Amino acid sequence: MAIEVRDVTKRFGDFTALDGVSVDVESGSLTALLGPSGSGKSTLLRVIAGLEEPDAGAVYISGEEATGVSPQKRGVGFVFQHYAAFKHMTVWDNVAFGLAIRKRPRTEIHGRVTKLLDLVQLNGLSKRYPSQLSGGQRQRMALARALAVEPKVLLLDEPFGALDARVRKELRAWLRRLHEEVHVTTIFVTHDQEEAMELSDQIVLMNQGRVEQIGGARDLYDRPANEFVMSFIGPVSEFGEELVRPHDFEVRREPNGSASPATVERVVHLGFEVRADLALDDGRAVWVQMTRDEAEALELEQGASVFLGPRG
Amino acid sequence: MSSVAVPAPARRRGVPLSLGVTTGYLSIIVLIPLAAVVLRSTEDGLGAFWAAITDPQAVAALRLTFLVSLGVVAINAVAGTVIAWVLVRDSFRGKSLVNAIIDLPFALPTIVAGLTLLALYGPRSPIGVNVAYTVTALVLALLFVTLPFVVRTVQPVLLELDREMEEAAQSLGATSLQTFSRVVFPNLFPAILSGTALGFARAIGEFGAVVLISGNQPFKTEVASVYIFGQIESDNVTGAAAVSVVLLVVSLAVLLAIGGVRRWATRHDA
Amino acid sequence: MTRYVLRFVALGYLAALLIVPVGLVVQRAFADGLDAFWAAITTPEALHALYLTILIALIAVPANTVFGILCALAIVRRRFRGHGLVNSVVDLPLALSPVVVGLALVLVYGRKGWWGGWLDEQGIQVIFALPGMVLATIFVSLPFVVREVVPVLREIGDEQEEAASTLGASPWQTFWRVTLPAIRWGVAYGVVLTTARALGEFGAVSVVSGRIAGRTETMTLHVEERFQSFDLTAAYASSVVLAVLAVTTLLAMTLLRREEAN
Repeated sequence: MAIEVRDVTKRFGDFTALDGVSVDVESGSLTALLGPSGSGKSTLLRVIAGLEEPDAGAVYISGEEATGVSPQKRGVGFVFQHYAAFKHMTVWDNVAFGLAIRKRPRTEIHGRVTKLLDLVQLNGLSKRYPSQLSGGQRQRMALARALAVEPKVLLLDEPFGALDARVRKELRAWLRRLHEEVHVTTIFVTHDQEEAMELSDQIVLMNQGRVEQIGGARDLYDRPANEFVMSFIGPVSEFGEELVRPHDFEVRREPNGSASPATVERVVHLGFEVRADLALDDGRAVWVQMTRDEAEALELEQGASVFLGPRG
Repeated sequence: MSSVAVPAPARRRGVPLSLGVTTGYLSIIVLIPLAAVVLRSTEDGLGAFWAAITDPQAVAALRLTFLVSLGVVAINAVAGTVIAWVLVRDSFRGKSLVNAIIDLPFALPTIVAGLTLLALYGPRSPIGVNVAYTVTALVLALLFVTLPFVVRTVQPVLLELDREMEEAAQSLGATSLQTFSRVVFPNLFPAILSGTALGFARAIGEFGAVVLISGNQPFKTEVASVYIFGQIESDNVTGAAAVSVVLLVVSLAVLLAIGGVRRWATRHDA
Repeated sequence: MTRYVLRFVALGYLAALLIVPVGLVVQRAFADGLDAFWAAITTPEALHALYLTILIALIAVPANTVFGILCALAIVRRRFRGHGLVNSVVDLPLALSPVVVGLALVLVYGRKGWWGGWLDEQGIQVIFALPGMVLATIFVSLPFVVREVVPVLREIGDEQEEAASTLGASPWQTFWRVTLPAIRWGVAYGVVLTTARALGEFGAVSVVSGRIAGRTETMTLHVEERFQSFDLTAAYASSVVLAVLAVTTLLAMTLLRREEAN
């Protein structure tokens, strides 16, 4: 087990950022800390890094107690949302920083930095200053810098948050490939569920300082532990007291026992998918998703009367 | 496209008198009087100018002025940085009061500054420290008047400094000392330099704070400004003007240097 | 641990250099009692010095304020070829020794000066009289309004003024109704700083005034004169008055900053 977090609590004044949080992270895995703003995910990451001290609980890294150990000595690599580049140093010196302060021999530094710059595809830019790089390049430099000292754990705090959508998508794919090549235990913070589901082996979904559920993307989607998880991961439609996935409804033209009658208010065709807003007889609104073929078979159109119930 | 009267370009805008009034005012108040000093210094010929600035007493005064000023601003570079650090990074009761006090040397008349230092460190010192009429007194007076310069140039830079750079350095294994020397200090250095330069320009010309406490003994504790004053009083106007020109040139050089430092400082800003 | 060391060093330095000396003067000024203090600052010479100081400030500050606004407008809005040079000239008084300033004025306006002879014939005495002291004070307190207003003008840009002129406002109306309100905080800070500098001027005024007690002595000169006459109580007393004015300046700046933030 690379990282164990046990019952960690952290308060800032009156505000409880983390409330008895426990998480296990397997060695070599890629874990996402996911949640809305204020859920405590960044605080948890910083506690693991040693940049914040917990008020209660413990952190273990590679089996050893790390609570109370300064960030310098934890062997974690940290990548910040806004890069935290040493703006007065060149790209080369930024990446070499961790090795330079450990007084490694010059040949070793040279070899390692060159290899890393190749890995992050910044080889031609080693003499540039961060202000001369694009956002995406700066973040790749930050990653190379963190990896230079061979950390036991790599921690990324919303690493793509400051980048535009296209660059974000590119770097996501790139990070996954990098992880497969380098195999360092990685934890990253994100508020974007798509990013979490796409990249990670394991998602830790947090809300208001507590862990709501831990599991793979599929687990959280198909077997959400509670309403919060279900509505945060994937689409939901309210049906009475229940939350139902909009594609988990059965829509018929004829009554079917417990099915509720409803009128179609609006139908939207989105290529393969069709979305329909329905109004139940008691006035409540529900929305459903189905395939194009299903919609055609039902002759789904505005004003039609249908019967609706959750599947299974 | 219809022909519409286009408003005059931005260049011509503004109260029309402004340029004329500005140059006129500056000329009468500043430029012409300064020109008079420069011209008067060479009015009796270059030989007289040279004689005036190589006069042993003048040389002693100038040397004392530059050496002491350099030493003083070096001390205040360190002290000012420490004070700015404490004001930005530390928190304690009364901090905002301390912050306001830093500006006292800017607001307090220099003669009063000299008097206050004389009270505590002079003949009637309640703590028994008497350095009046020595170079130490000179140093104290100049420390007083140049104190705010480095503090006020470093503070805004420290406030804006990206804390995450320091956290990044820590996560990479740097000790506090390494973090300060490799990450924080290089970013503070231009501000420290320009504050020091401003302080130096102020120190070499200081008069009011030193005139009471240093005793103004020629060759021992007489600074350039006091020497000039003495020359004016004894009607040696050429001598006064010549040494004034030396101070003027150094001040101008320092002002230019500060502009250069400012440009160099922002070269890495995104 | 380092935090406490740094704090101790910083506060200790400030105490030894600034706080204790000033506190000591205040204490000594009242050491002989409130009556002695009051007597010292109400002698005819002291009162005249106070009057002169305030009078000079009342002339120098408005002059430098008007100049400062016009100069800032010229530098920022007009962008004429020498605007960098003008900027540097405005900064000169900050870097010059006040004694040099005094000498410069004497050389121009003194009896043997460039214009002094002619002025003397017209019956106008500048040096050793009020006009010279006013000129000296204007010189040394010149930069402050300009330096406070220039960045403000730069920041607000000229769009508002352009809008006003497209709506038909004359340059004067634009200035009065649009520009001036926009720069009012910069002007306020500049006026406070100019006033502080004017009240505290010593070196330049010392050269040009002749220091005739009761006639051409400002408060700062009066402090020196009392000190040289071994009347320490009076010197301290007048210093306290000046220090109070200085602290008032600092307070005014703090209050203004708070007002602006609201």
